[in-house]
Amino acid sequence: QLPTGLYKKVLVILHNSVLPYMNEPTLMMDFLTVAYGIGGAISLLALNGLFILIHQHNLEYPDFYKKLYSLLDPSIYHVKYRARFFHLTDLFLSSSHLPAYLVAAFIKRLSRLALTAPPEALLMIIPFICNLFRRHPACRVLVHRPGGPADMSEDPYIMEEEEPSESRALESSLWEIQSLQNHYHPDVAKAAAVLNQSLSEVEDDISGLLDLSAYELFDKEVKKKAVDVPLEFEPVRGLFGKKNDILAEHFSLD
Amino acid sequence: SNPFEVKVNRQKFDILGRKTKNDVGLPGVSRSKAIKKRNQTLLKEYKEREKTNVFKDKRFGEYNTKITPEEKMIRRFALERQQNYGKKNIYNLNEDEELTHYGQSLAEIEKLNDIVDSDSDTEERGALSAELTAAHFGGGGGLLRKKVSSQQQDEEEEKPKSRKELIEEMIAKSKQEKQERQTRRESALELTEKLDKDWKEIQTLIAHKTPKSERKDKEVEKPKPDEYDMIVRELGFEMKAKPSERLKTEEELAKEEQARLQKLEADRLCRMRGIDEQANKKRPSHMSADDLADGFILDKDDRRLLSYKDGKINIENEEKEEEEGEGEEEEEDNENEEEESQEESASEDEEHDAADSHSDLESDCESEEEAAGNKEEKKHKTNENESQKVEKLDPKREAAKSELPYTFAVPESYETFKSLLAGRTIEQQLIILERIQKCNHPSLAVGNKAKLEKLFGFLLEYIGELAILDLPELRTIDKLVLPLYNLCQMFPEAASDSIKFILRDAAHDLEEVIEVKGRASFPGLDTLIYLKIVSLLFPTSDFRHPVVTPAFMYMSQLLTKCRITTLQDVIKGLFICCLFLEYVSLSRRFVPELINFLLGVLHISLPKNQAQGYTVVHPFTPVGKNLELLLVCDKEDLKKWEKQNVPLSIVTRLKEASRTEINHTRLSCLALCFDLIKKCAALYESLPSFHEIMHPVRVLLTQHVPVNEYPEKLQEWYHSALKELENKVKHYTPLICEKKKPVPLKQYTPKIVKVLEFGRKQAGSKKEQERKQLIQRHKRELKGAIREIRKDNQFLARMQLSEIMERDSARKRKVKELLGSLATQEGEWKAMKRKKWSN
Repeated sequence: QLPTGLYKKVLVILHNSVLPYMNEPTLMMDFLTVAYGIGGAISLLALNGLFILIHQHNLEYPDFYKKLYSLLDPSIYHVKYRARFFHLTDLFLSSSHLPAYLVAAFIKRLSRLALTAPPEALLMIIPFICNLFRRHPACRVLVHRPGGPADMSEDPYIMEEEEPSESRALESSLWEIQSLQNHYHPDVAKAAAVLNQSLSEVEDDISGLLDLSAYELFDKEVKKKAVDVPLEFEPVRGLFGKKNDILAEHFSLD
Repeated sequence: SNPFEVKVNRQKFDILGRKTKNDVGLPGVSRSKAIKKRNQTLLKEYKEREKTNVFKDKRFGEYNTKITPEEKMIRRFALERQQNYGKKNIYNLNEDEELTHYGQSLAEIEKLNDIVDSDSDTEERGALSAELTAAHFGGGGGLLRKKVSSQQQDEEEEKPKSRKELIEEMIAKSKQEKQERQTRRESALELTEKLDKDWKEIQTLIAHKTPKSERKDKEVEKPKPDEYDMIVRELGFEMKAKPSERLKTEEELAKEEQARLQKLEADRLCRMRGIDEQANKKRPSHMSADDLADGFILDKDDRRLLSYKDGKINIENEEKEEEEGEGEEEEEDNENEEEESQEESASEDEEHDAADSHSDLESDCESEEEAAGNKEEKKHKTNENESQKVEKLDPKREAAKSELPYTFAVPESYETFKSLLAGRTIEQQLIILERIQKCNHPSLAVGNKAKLEKLFGFLLEYIGELAILDLPELRTIDKLVLPLYNLCQMFPEAASDSIKFILRDAAHDLEEVIEVKGRASFPGLDTLIYLKIVSLLFPTSDFRHPVVTPAFMYMSQLLTKCRITTLQDVIKGLFICCLFLEYVSLSRRFVPELINFLLGVLHISLPKNQAQGYTVVHPFTPVGKNLELLLVCDKEDLKKWEKQNVPLSIVTRLKEASRTEINHTRLSCLALCFDLIKKCAALYESLPSFHEIMHPVRVLLTQHVPVNEYPEKLQEWYHSALKELENKVKHYTPLICEKKKPVPLKQYTPKIVKVLEFGRKQAGSKKEQERKQLIQRHKRELKGAIREIRKDNQFLARMQLSEIMERDSARKRKVKELLGSLATQEGEWKAMKRKKWSN
C-alpha cells in the first residue's frame, strides 16, 4: 500500500494524465476500488478515475451510490477538493432514472451537513440542492408537504443510517435549509429563501460556484459601492460599554 | 370661395372620430401669401444685400401703436430730461430746471419782479428806454399779472420803474442781503463757540468737585436725562421679541427622545429583515405563527421599550454624573492651577512662558521619559497597571495641562498626529481630539471635512498601534472610542471606507499567508479591537451592511482557517466567538462557524480518547497535536480556580505566566465556552433544526466531558449550559411552499387602450413615446425647412431672372433708340446729301 501523500498525488493526476493513455484502463480497476474504499480524501479523489471507468469502460460497481452516500461527512465542505467532488456528485446525480428515495436521502444528508458549512460552500450547495429538486420532482415533498402530520416530535430522517433506502428521507422536510434562511450572510439567506417559493424550471448553473473561495466572497462584498451607511444610534461608552456586552462578561481590559 | 381654387385631399379610408386638418387646401391663397411674405422679407434683404448702411429710427415709441401720442410725448420728454440731467446740472444746486420764456430765464424775471416789489420804496429811478423794457418784458402774462398785484399792494408808486433802475436796485439789494446773511452766520458761529466754551468750563466743574449746592442741582438735573436715556436705549437696543419655541418640560423631552429611539429601532428592524431589499419576502410565511408575531418582534419591541426607559434614565444619569464629575475635576484642576500660579513667583511664570514657546520640545522630552519609564517597567517585568503609571505622571500632567493650546490644526500626516498625542495622558488626548474637532468643524471652513475625515483614519491607526504594544493600552483605547464614534457620526462614508480598508488589508494578508503556507494564524489584538469597534460604530443587525457584512465574513474566515496551536489562539478564537454572538444578538442570525468552533474548543479540552458520536471540522482535527490544549490535570490548580475575566493583554504576554496561571486561564476559557454555548442555545432556539445544529455539542457535553473532575464553579457553568440545551422542545412542522400566484389565462378580449391622439403609436413607455414624438417632429421640421429653403431659392432665382430680363429689355430699348437715332441721323444726312445732289 502507498503512503497517504503519494496516494493523493497519484489520484489527483490519474484521471487526465494516466487513464487516457493506457491501453487497458480497466487494469486500474482494482487500484481505484481499493482507494475508493479507504475513505476520507482519498475516496473523494478516487471517485474521478472510477467515474471514467464506469462511464467509458463499462465497469459495474455494486453499491456505488451507497458508498458515495457514506462519503458525505462534515468535512466535505471544508476540504480542498470540494469543487471536484461536487462536480462529480452533480454528474452522478444528474440521471433522472435514480429512485426518489436515493436522491431525497442525498438531499437531506447534504443539507444536514450544510449546517456546519462555511458560507462559500453554502452558496454552492443550495443551488445544487435546488437543481436536484428540479431533476427529481418526486423529491419536492421535502419542501412541500401540504397534507402532512401537523406536529412531529422528531425528524423522521435517520442520519446514522448507512443505507439510503432505510434513511426515511422522503418522510422528512428540509428544515435545515429553513434554518439557513437565518444565516448571517445575506446571499446565503437569500439563496435559502428561494426554496420557499416553487422553483423555476431552468436549472441554475453551479459551475461558477463550485470553487468559490471565502476571500473572493469577501472581496466582492468589500468592493460593493455603498449607497449610504447606516450608523449605530446607541451612544458609545467605551470599548465594552454596550448594553448586554458579552465580551465584557468574560474579558477585561487589563 | 372660388371652387376652382380649392384643392381637396381625398381620404382613402374613412376613420370614425378622426379629425383631419388638411383635407381641403387653398393653393392659390397660400401661394400668394407666401410670395407676399417673401416680398416683404427676402426681397428686401436681397435688394439690400450690398448695402452696409442702415437707417435706424431711434425715436422713442415711433412704431409702438399701443402708446397714445400724448403719452408718447410725455415719455419722450422724460427721456430727454433724463439724458440732460446728469451732464449739465451738476453745478445747479438749488434748481432742478430752468424755465424759460422767450429764451430768458423765468426765475430771473421773477427775481426782478420781486425786487421791484420789495424795494419799491427806494427812490432811485433811472431812465430806461421803453423799447428795452418792451423787449424784455414783452408779452409776459404772468409777469403782468404779478405786476398788477404788486401795484395793488403799494399803490403810492404807480409809476413803473425802468429796467435799468430795477437791475441796479436788484444788485444793490442782493449785495446787501448777502452781507446781512454773512454777518448773521458769523454771529451765530461766535455764539455757539462761546456757548461751547462755557459748557466746557461748566463740565470741568461738574466732573471735578463742585460745591454741594451746585452738585445737588446737577444731581437733580442729571438723573432725569439718564433715566430717559436709559429707556430710550432700552427701547432702541431691545431685541425684537421673536416667537421662540416653548421650553419643553423634562417629560416631553424624555418622550421625544423615546420616540426618536423608537423610530431608529424600527428602522433598524426594517434593515435587519432586509425589507427594503426584498420587501418582506425574507420572512418565511411557514414559520410558526408565534415566532413571527409574539416571539420575535413584539417580545423584542417590548423589551427594547422597557430597556430604553430604564436605559435612558440610566444613561442620562450616568452621563450627567460623569459630566458633573468631569466638570468638578476640571474646576478643581483649574483652582489648583490658579492657586499654584498665585503662589508661584513671577520668575516661575516666566519659565512657564518659556516652556510654552518650546512646548514641543518638552513633550518630546516627556515622551522620552515615558519611554524610558516603559523600559524600566519592562526590565522589572512587573504587571504594573495603568493607575500607578498615571500616578507617576501626575505631577508632570499638572504642569503639562497648562500647556495645552486651545486651537489645533488637523494633523496632515499620521506622524504629526502621533507626535501631537505622544506623551499626553488619556484625558489630555481626549481634550486635544475634542478641540481639534471643534476648531475644524466642517461648518467653519471648506476643507475641514476632508481633514476631519483623515483624522478618523489616523485615530484608527493610532488605536491599532496602541493595541499591538507589548503592554496594550486598552484603557486608552477604551476612551478613544468616544471621539471615534463622534467622528463616525459626522462622516459615515469616510469612516466606513477607512474601516473597510483596514478589513480588506487584514483579509488580504490572511489570504496571502494561506496561499503561501497553507495555514494561517490568528491576527494580532489590533484586528480584534477593530472588529469590536465595528460593532460599536455600526448596527450589526442589518440584513446587509457595507461594513458589517465584510466584517462577518472576515471573522468567519478567522474561525475556519486559522490554526489553533496555542492557548492564545484559543483565547483569540473565543474572543471572536463572543464578537460573533454580539453581532447577531439582535438579529438572531445563524452562524455555523461559531458552533463548530465551540465544539472544537470543547474537543481539545478532552483527554485523548477516541471521539465518538460527533465530528469536528476544520481547523480542529480529531487527531493531531493541538489535542488536549485545554486539558487540565493538576488537581491543585483545579481546586484553586475561580472564575475571573480573561485580561485581553494575555494574548501578548502569556509566556510569562506560571503553570498555575495557565491552567486557570484554561479553565476560564472552558467556562467562557460553556457560557457561549448557553447563549447560542438561547439565541437559536427558534431555528427549526435547532436540535440537529446542537446535536454534536450535546453529545460531547453529555458523554465525553469529565464533569466530575471540574471545580464546582465550572460545574455550575456546565450544568446551566446543558440545561439550556436540553429543555428545548422538539417541534417539527412539515414545510409547505408559499402559494404561487396563479398565472392568469391568456384571454382574447381586445386590449383596450385609451387613444390620446390619432396617428401616433401608443406602444412603449412614456419616455420612449416622447422620444419618438421628438424624432417625428424633428423630421417634419427638417422637411419643412428644406421646402422653404427651396422655395426661397426659386423665388430668388425668379427675381434675378426678372431683373436680368428687365436689364436686357432696357438695354435693347436703348440700343433700339440709339440705332433709331442713328438711322434718323443717317436718313437726315442722306436726305441732305440727296438734296445737295438734287441741288
